[in-house]
Amino acid sequence: MGRAVAIIGMGQTKHGRRYDVTYPDLVREGVQAAFEDASLTPADIDGVVFGTMPSMMEGVAMTHFYFADALRAVGKPMMKTETCGTTGMSLAITGYYWVASGLADIVLVVGSEKMHEGDSQATMSTVLEPFYLRPFLAGAPGVFSMLAQSWMERYDIPEDKGREAAGKISVDHHKDAFDNPYAHIKKDLSMEDVTNGKVITYPYRLWDICPNSDGTCAVIFASEEKAKKLCARPAWVKGVGFCGDEYWYGDSDKVAWECAIDTAKQAYKQAGITNPLKELDVAEVYNPFTYVELIHYECFGFCEPGKAAEATLKGTFSRGGELPCDPSGGVLCTNPIGATALVRVAEAAMQVAGKAGDHQIDGAKTALAHGLGGVSQFNGMMILGSSL
Amino acid sequence: MGKHFSTFRHDVWLPYKFAVGQVFKAFYDGLKEEKILGNQCQSCGKIFVPPRSFCPDCNVDMGDYTEVSQEGEIVTWTLAKEAFFGSPLDPPFITALIRLDGVSCDLLHLVGGFDLSDVTGVRQRIKKNRRVRAVWNDEKQGHLLDIKYFEPL
Repeated sequence: MGRAVAIIGMGQTKHGRRYDVTYPDLVREGVQAAFEDASLTPADIDGVVFGTMPSMMEGVAMTHFYFADALRAVGKPMMKTETCGTTGMSLAITGYYWVASGLADIVLVVGSEKMHEGDSQATMSTVLEPFYLRPFLAGAPGVFSMLAQSWMERYDIPEDKGREAAGKISVDHHKDAFDNPYAHIKKDLSMEDVTNGKVITYPYRLWDICPNSDGTCAVIFASEEKAKKLCARPAWVKGVGFCGDEYWYGDSDKVAWECAIDTAKQAYKQAGITNPLKELDVAEVYNPFTYVELIHYECFGFCEPGKAAEATLKGTFSRGGELPCDPSGGVLCTNPIGATALVRVAEAAMQVAGKAGDHQIDGAKTALAHGLGGVSQFNGMMILGSSL
Repeated sequence: MGKHFSTFRHDVWLPYKFAVGQVFKAFYDGLKEEKILGNQCQSCGKIFVPPRSFCPDCNVDMGDYTEVSQEGEIVTWTLAKEAFFGSPLDPPFITALIRLDGVSCDLLHLVGGFDLSDVTGVRQRIKKNRRVRAVWNDEKQGHLLDIKYFEPL
């Protein structure tokens, strides 16, 4: 680990269908919110990190040029990072590295997406080459549906039980979102609404799947000296992890998913966490699909392999449970994809800084933020704490 | 949300010409003759389909091509019911990972040859470890879709 680093400001736009503004104006809205939260001005920033989905999603190549003014990045060092769904976590880790290295004191990190302007599933298919994998990808839901099937078969989880646990995740999160002012989809769903929903890619039905959202998230990282001077309740970075798989889909196991397991190991080691269920107070797991959240509970050691359905149905990961997961409603309710993993970081920082409002987990001191992406290639994690 | 002013339709259409390389060329030529080719790593012994130019595990050049079995087992699957822009496949279709006999990795392809309109029927028919066999299209393009799908045995 380099120098100590903290998050001292975070901003989000209202996420949803944002045809009311242009893309640069949407970016500006998130950036201004972060400056306001941190009581800083652009002059205080040493460098800017920005990212979105691949250019084929944006329709404009090299968006960091298009958004230079909105980002207040003119005349400053600037970096762009993109790893599909993990983009937001790659951004956060890039900003963290920059400050931890000692080469910058305050870095603005921004992720953004305007999914209603492009075509997310068509873009996702272009992540794969056209020789082999591209024709068979039934969008991201297809890949993660196959993962869900493997998970149930691996651990002999009856299909109805997996369905019920995934259904509970959907019902709970869509309700949780009512307490999150930035959330896109807020809905009172019954279990029947979820389990009888339209099949998209079996076993995934409509309410198992995240929405397309437009939105921006901005987070300001600062050195220990600056954080102590400028912020009453900084969220300290306690550990980070990032891991990638091979390209060839079908070469490795994604149920006991080494890439996710190793990501958690790296972050836990740095943060000194040995029993995540006891030591974490809240987790923002990257959950674009209900079943994916269940699988990550196991990969991150929140429960034994094959036991996520049981633990979920017991309420272990619900708002009042032992380790509340995604009290914001998570990706399942809000998915401006280039910003989505950064929203996990911002939400985790808000929790340990006591700024999460109606979805605050009382007394949260240690929070986990997770990102998942590259179709299903990357996992990233950041652990935040209320004390250094 | 706020007022929606208007949207501006703009399509980007760009042609690309990808180099296929000798390994995929050999694989595609095999498909034209209704053969599924793989190749084996001389270091770890794993057999890959499609064949690889180098072993992803050992990072060594791969050996000669070998024809592999056209039968195998379903590893995992999903029934896709919705289309998206640019997809060459019309739903419903089953995308599956298939482990061909004797091969060390899974092949992503289609399972079909029966009624896919009813989810319950598909669930009863398709399971992990279900044996399948390649069914070929009459017309060959030198592409993976020369295999029409893998049919349950």
